Amino acid sequence: MRRSTARRTRAALAMAVTLLVAGCSLMGTGRDSQAPTVTLVTHDSFVISDELRKRFRQDSGYRLRILRKGDAGELTNELVLTKDAPIGDVAFGVDSTYLSRAVDNGVFASYSPENGDHIPIEYAYGGNDSPTPVDAGDVCVNIDLRWFEQHDLEPPAELADLAEPRYAGLFAVPDPATSSPGLAFLLNTVSTFGEQGWQNYWQRLLANDVRISSGWQQAYKQDFSGSSGGGSRPIVLSYASSPAAEVDRNGQPRTKALLETCYRQVEYAGVIDGTTNLQGARELMDFLLSWKFQRRMPEQMYVYPVLLGVELPDSWRDVAPRPSEPTEMKPQRVERNRAEWIRQWRSLTNR
Amino acid sequence: MAFPDEPVTTEEAAGSGGAANGGSPNGESPNGGSPNGGSPNGGSPNGAGADGTAIPGARPGGHAAFITVGSALVLGFLGVFFAWPVAAILRLGLSSGLDEILTAPETWRIVAFTLGQAAASTLLAIVAGMPLAYLLARVPVPGKALLRALITVPFVLPTLVVGMAFRALLGTAEPNAWAIVLANAFFNVAVVARTVSGLWTQLDPRATDAARSLGAGPLRAFRTVTLPALRPALWSAGAVVFLFCSTSFGVVLVLGGGRYRTLETEIYLRTVRLLDLSGAAALSLLQLAAVLAALAVAAIARGRRENALALRRSRAAVRRPSGLEWIPVGCAVLVLGALAAPIVALLVRSVNSRGGWSLAGYRALSGTGGVLDVSGWQAAWNSLRAATDATWMSLLLGVLACLVLTSLRSRWTAELMDAGLMLPLGVSAVTVGFGYLVTLHVLPGDLRTSPLLVPFAQALVITPLVIRTILPVLRSVDPRVRAAAATLGAGPWRIRREVDLPLAGRAVMTAAGFGFVVALGEFGATGFLARPETPTLPVAISTLISRPGELNTQMAYAACALLMLVTAGAVLLIETLRSDSAGEF
Repeated sequence: MRRSTARRTRAALAMAVTLLVAGCSLMGTGRDSQAPTVTLVTHDSFVISDELRKRFRQDSGYRLRILRKGDAGELTNELVLTKDAPIGDVAFGVDSTYLSRAVDNGVFASYSPENGDHIPIEYAYGGNDSPTPVDAGDVCVNIDLRWFEQHDLEPPAELADLAEPRYAGLFAVPDPATSSPGLAFLLNTVSTFGEQGWQNYWQRLLANDVRISSGWQQAYKQDFSGSSGGGSRPIVLSYASSPAAEVDRNGQPRTKALLETCYRQVEYAGVIDGTTNLQGARELMDFLLSWKFQRRMPEQMYVYPVLLGVELPDSWRDVAPRPSEPTEMKPQRVERNRAEWIRQWRSLTNR
Repeated sequence: MAFPDEPVTTEEAAGSGGAANGGSPNGESPNGGSPNGGSPNGGSPNGAGADGTAIPGARPGGHAAFITVGSALVLGFLGVFFAWPVAAILRLGLSSGLDEILTAPETWRIVAFTLGQAAASTLLAIVAGMPLAYLLARVPVPGKALLRALITVPFVLPTLVVGMAFRALLGTAEPNAWAIVLANAFFNVAVVARTVSGLWTQLDPRATDAARSLGAGPLRAFRTVTLPALRPALWSAGAVVFLFCSTSFGVVLVLGGGRYRTLETEIYLRTVRLLDLSGAAALSLLQLAAVLAALAVAAIARGRRENALALRRSRAAVRRPSGLEWIPVGCAVLVLGALAAPIVALLVRSVNSRGGWSLAGYRALSGTGGVLDVSGWQAAWNSLRAATDATWMSLLLGVLACLVLTSLRSRWTAELMDAGLMLPLGVSAVTVGFGYLVTLHVLPGDLRTSPLLVPFAQALVITPLVIRTILPVLRSVDPRVRAAAATLGAGPWRIRREVDLPLAGRAVMTAAGFGFVVALGEFGATGFLARPETPTLPVAISTLISRPGELNTQMAYAACALLMLVTAGAVLLIETLRSDSAGEF
């Protein structure tokens, strides 16, 4: 009796599990043969609304497939490794810190998208060919406005101020070796103080008790007093766009980006050389530079669109304006020196 | 089921004191109590001695065809999804500069710290996990199924979030090596508690009782009877935890703050950030060598201790603790409190912000829009789907591997294959992920961009866990039970079905539950694969925590809460099935 019950239970269980597995399995999904697809290889921060995705499908006839691969650095390296057998048709998100390597390795095919003429020349990498700039994310020092008000201290204005004793123990920054904005800040200091002076500046920062953490998340969300984490440091490295996300209930900004401390990182897109879907890739490139996509970029990805004449959202105009004269560095120069600067920085900070 | 309630062995009290259960694994010990009752082959796990004379039927059906096909399948999977990609990416990078890295004193400091922190974390996880295992196996606790499910919760939490929780709780904004050890142990206590309690539950309590009635104190009885019997599970859990900790990445990054570096973080830095493949290849080789050495040490130390045990479930084993037995219970409660602290901190953060208490995070998570493409529910469903595939794949592979491993005649062949299957746990996820990029396009259907690659890669990580959960139990099955079945006319398949399966059934379900949890948490190799288009909960959490704004932060913590809920629910469901299907033997 007991045996047969057990056996029946087992049979029922096996069936239930099979059904569950069949219902849950990813097998057989992912290949939608209804429409031709175009594949965008991008980083984890890429966001697109369902509505925009549908628009793209309607306008171009292609279904958009997205592959997300880590951050800009990881994305670049993976594109380089797969250049003989590409994993997608268009790549978006390689930034000026890593672009040179991708271009040198012949990752991108040449293409000039429809709205290419509306991109200011200062964003362009080479000619107006591919890769094409799509947005700029400016890495700036942010401050907690209320803290400075309460402590009756004049906020810093530029990078040099952060090494002043009156700002000792107030600054939090992510590690250049493990964080993208951290690396941008290191490049900013090299650009601002020169190859001779940046190490001296960092020594003064260290003497001023700068707090270095491995990621932006710890620096901004835990150590910074102006974010929801409620940390103890009122000065942090983040983006020019961050204050747009830190507005209180009355619409008053809690934080502010110091516009004279900004470093511009431009993000590029390009048709991947060797794609088998050139037509789809071109449609997608045109879409990334279309007015409708560019207009939505600030709110979806916290970046500044490159297209001339695309207005920032109302909520951004006052609290997160575009920095007018950020520091920059040529991708070629970054590529030549990146590893060495990181090595020097690590030995300087004993990391 | 097959042998209900019949004691599997009967000589628990035969030996002197506590030696019966584990004191003389190889039959070499002079003090009697050989589990095989005087057989010259002693307690060799497979019932075959060094001289090759087999007890008829003691080995679970050693027919050649099955072994060949089974090995081919298991090794084929390992070859395609591990050995080939890793070899390919190493070959790409290995050119010059190997000696430069190997001679740098900094490299050896990193190796030492990697192994040191892994060893310390493993030790702590075992010390903290044992009282929990005792609680689960021997003490009547109301709602034990729920407790078992809850202790797996830490395992799924994203390392970034847990690292930040530890950073806040311990108040260590500066790099801190002990915080790394604590956090690693936090993640892995469940591995120890679950693996050890699985075997402990099935240990015949009468051996301990006999020792006690012969005058041994509770501590002595534990040390001389229970502990030796638990050794296979302890070694299994220890090996898994050590490998997990030696490749621990997010925790080291967040709490080590760049000052404490391991081979894993250094390989990541070289591969992903500095784009220095040759440096990464050299370090990967070093990691491989270190892991192999650790596995070899474990294999030698384990020796032939995986001996026949008296596996028997008995209700009498679960009883109210008395006297000194309250001490481990007290320790277990302390451990549970320590495990709960970071979790409670996360839950509090999900409903609390500078604006006071609110459910805004949960409300926003249930809708769409903002920085997430989908709602939290959709992400949870995506997680469940991906984890289901990974779980059935690894169960299939793991059970097959266990059957092959217990059928192999040569101990060293088995050890080698076993070690090979463990290796993926100890090799950098970056190396494996980047290896896929340069190899898998050769196969039809370009798996590199398929949503199925994630479950395949997860199966690589989960299969060794499945093996480590099931194999100790299978190896502990007294060979004479199989021999008896064979004598009574059962063929090899019948023996598997009627002896091995019922005895290992619980372990299989435990493995399934645990594998599911590992997959839900997207542990290991998947971090460096193409993200599926449909974000899972861990992906959603990572997106949310990487955006400024109070609501995003609260949503991230709310998504953590949802992930914990889904995990506990899934494990509870799987374990309920377990007690229904293989509850009694």
